[in-house]
Amino acid sequence: MANYTEQELLSRIGEVRFACVELQLYLDTHPEDLDALSDFNSYAATLKRLCAEYTERFGPLENFGNSTHDAGSWVYQKWPWQN
Amino acid sequence: MWIYEKRLEYPVRITKPDPKMAKLLMAQYGGPDSELGAGLRYLTQRYSMPDDRIRATLTDIGTEEIAHWEMIATMITQCMQGASLEELSAAGLDGYYTMHSYGVFPADPNGVPFTTAYIACTGDPIADLSEDMAADAATSDSLPTLKKSLNH
Repeated sequence: MANYTEQELLSRIGEVRFACVELQLYLDTHPEDLDALSDFNSYAATLKRLCAEYTERFGPLENFGNSTHDAGSWVYQKWPWQN
Repeated sequence: MWIYEKRLEYPVRITKPDPKMAKLLMAQYGGPDSELGAGLRYLTQRYSMPDDRIRATLTDIGTEEIAHWEMIATMITQCMQGASLEELSAAGLDGYYTMHSYGVFPADPNGVPFTTAYIACTGDPIADLSEDMAADAATSDSLPTLKKSLNH
């Protein structure tokens, strides 16, 4: 895990988040589908682990208390629309 | 409430100016069936929906549309970045530049500003969901045009 570069880790987070979004949208209309729920929970656990690793190594992904910060990193680290 | 995630839903890295593409992408950014329209449509219609599953769906797809809107904005800003006034004019963006410079203003490719008159919120679930499907079909229809322009 710890040998991912920042870009690799971000794209892994993107993949797992995508799976979570799609499963969530399915579960919104099929909340009793236990197979889908189990898939969702498994991806969600992986996502939590990847986001924690990213935050620890590269800085916060979320604000308002969802990620731990060090001084200024939320503000000064590159914003997603910047090349 | 919402929490911002400092990450695009899918990464965007455009390294060469492409003002023509920036102009066309404004359909998806500030047009009637843009990501902004979709997001506002779903997030405003959810209050009068009669079923928890619809409330959940509109909340989550509305949220995702705003993430799509951010990706389109990123594409537009990166397509305009570094383009000279001559290049912007050649792409038909001289009027846009006069008004907005390199800002990313929610308007369609013809400069018509976004308006909430594009969206319906009738309070009737069937009317609102039918409008959602029509708008979504219109978006799907415009995507092949954008894709074709990318290959030129």
